[in-house]
Amino acid sequence: MRELFTRVFAIFWKDLLSELRTKEVATSVLVFALLVVVIFNFAFESGEDTIGLVAPGILWVAFTFAGVLGLNHTFATEKENSSLEGLMLCPVERYVIYLGKLAGSFTFMLVVAAIITPIFLVLFNLPLCLPRLALIIVLATVGFTSVGTLFSALSAHTKAREIMLPILFLPVVVPVLIAAVKATGVVLDGGAWSDMSTWLQILVAFDIIFLVVSVLVFEFVIEE
Amino acid sequence: MRERSVMLSNILLGLGCALMIAALYLVFIYAPTEEAMGDVQRIFYFHVALAWVAFLAFFVVFICSILYLWKRDVRWDTVARSSAELGVVFTTLVLITGPIWARPVWGVWWTWDARLTATLVLWLTYVAYLLVRGFATEESRGARFAAVLGIVGFIDVPIVYLAIHLWRTHHPPALVGDLVSSMLLTLLVSVAAFTLLFIILLKGSVSVRNMEAEVRHLKDSKMNRRNY
Amino acid sequence: MAEGDLSPTPWAIETHGLAKSFGNIPALAGIDLKVKRGDHLTVFGPNGAGKTTLIKLLSTLSKPSGGSVLLDGLDIRKTPEQSRSKLGVVSHSTFLYPHLTVSENLRFYGKMYGLANLERRIEEVISQVQLKARLHDRVGTLSRGMQQRVAIARAVLHDPPVMLLDEPETGLDPHATVMMRAVLEHFTSGERTVVMTTHNLARGLELADQVLILHEGVVVYQEVKQEIDAAAFPEIYDRCTGMRR
Repeated sequence: MRELFTRVFAIFWKDLLSELRTKEVATSVLVFALLVVVIFNFAFESGEDTIGLVAPGILWVAFTFAGVLGLNHTFATEKENSSLEGLMLCPVERYVIYLGKLAGSFTFMLVVAAIITPIFLVLFNLPLCLPRLALIIVLATVGFTSVGTLFSALSAHTKAREIMLPILFLPVVVPVLIAAVKATGVVLDGGAWSDMSTWLQILVAFDIIFLVVSVLVFEFVIEE
Repeated sequence: MRERSVMLSNILLGLGCALMIAALYLVFIYAPTEEAMGDVQRIFYFHVALAWVAFLAFFVVFICSILYLWKRDVRWDTVARSSAELGVVFTTLVLITGPIWARPVWGVWWTWDARLTATLVLWLTYVAYLLVRGFATEESRGARFAAVLGIVGFIDVPIVYLAIHLWRTHHPPALVGDLVSSMLLTLLVSVAAFTLLFIILLKGSVSVRNMEAEVRHLKDSKMNRRNY
Repeated sequence: MAEGDLSPTPWAIETHGLAKSFGNIPALAGIDLKVKRGDHLTVFGPNGAGKTTLIKLLSTLSKPSGGSVLLDGLDIRKTPEQSRSKLGVVSHSTFLYPHLTVSENLRFYGKMYGLANLERRIEEVISQVQLKARLHDRVGTLSRGMQQRVAIARAVLHDPPVMLLDEPETGLDPHATVMMRAVLEHFTSGERTVVMTTHNLARGLELADQVLILHEGVVVYQEVKQEIDAAAFPEIYDRCTGMRR
């Protein structure tokens, strides 16, 4: 168990180090997410009365698109110098690679959310109800990245990588998107915990199911 | 062996034709006209049968995908691929017959209700399934990618449905309970006819794929021999 | 045969009817190999002969479509993790992360192999490849030759008994090639079993105990070194691979 953790962490750490040195992905994804929020503001011409209706949607569309952009890089970085082969030569089971990569994408998405969400709430003059939003964001991010890491590995071996990932990824994460938007709506309306519990349950169910399935099928995606 | 398979195909085809004619008779002549909706309701017998077959096709994809990853036998992949193609065709027909029925009854072509939306998401998932093969860097990889999507996509179906159902719903619920017995009979025969149609098409598609593979194999080995 | 046996066979590597095809196109067909512990096998063959495919099959990176690979008598498909820990692979790609330093790269791989005394081991291998001065430089800033030496350090970090070298000299300038050879020789002499693919006939023959020529996925020539007349070998190679001079 401890060995597993050391190895997962080693993969996570080297990805983090690489990203901290280049900051390529983080900056572009952040700017992109912010742009989506701003563009939607124009698209909906959000006045005081309509903002409550469209705000959750804007936030989650921004996250989803930013997520796709970030996930595209999860395995693309391993193609340089064929380092994915180097990883696969290590005496570890394939799912260890999956978990390490997942830890990386999860943290990355969470950082993006942590920066975008407060800006979003301020820009749209919404209540700063962060703790409950944070819970929704964590649960939804687990779902997004568990499926996204699997599909990122898959699309890294396809010809049109950038477009294949969203085509595969978006239909599958529809439940996460619905549940996250609905739960966020409840929070922003100042609703009760009980109103969002159904949505949280869907998120948790999705997270567990797709973590397990991804761990099981990952080796079929990366082997040659 | 081959003779027996041809005979089986002919029996299936004959049975399929008979059932389909029976279904057409039942749908258009035997079944009573629904009071509120009128004749347009008759599309329901096709709509439901098509939806059932589409779902069956994706279930076949799911099972064959698991078997392919487990056994690594190309035959499972061939069945999965053919079934997915048919599933997409049938889902497309569901998405077409739905609005034809909805327009006169609900007054709109499309509504974002649970079943419609879930069907659309399903359709998109399996279109991606068909796409991923062509975009994979090599054939065996494409087959594995498709199998993974065949599994992930199918497991996603109930969650998608549940989420969208909680999100909103207008679709007529509990269809079968309200049907008079003559309508129920018509529906069942129609479902049986389309299921048989699916089996015949799947069998045909798989055998065409196998022949293609055989031809390619012969061509390759001939070319290899010439090289020596 | 019990799995715990230390030396059940004298063979470090055995393959039986090893085959790989991509779709309908066969890349390797029915390869039977036996490499004694400590021996050096050199695999020759023109581009597309299946050399890289063979290395990938031996290193568990690729799954065979037929046949099997035994490493120390154990089927690598049944014990993939255990088998991988016995292998060191050097290929034309370095498997290194360009934005990490040499030491960070080695530390990462060391952790993945679960090595104890990692820091000491890194110092050891890095001085063996004579790159101690560049230990804290990013890999991306090193020359191709130096990167390849780091790749060798990475491959031997866990002291593997078997080394697989897939055209390790591809893309190096002459000076770097000389350096690389010295380094490789240091690591491949002695007890290690080596399988190497190369285009360089003289060099490959010199290092070999056993020679193999692949052509279109089939073994067309197989001989022990003592039986080969080095002067006549280029001609043999040309004849086997169907080339005329």
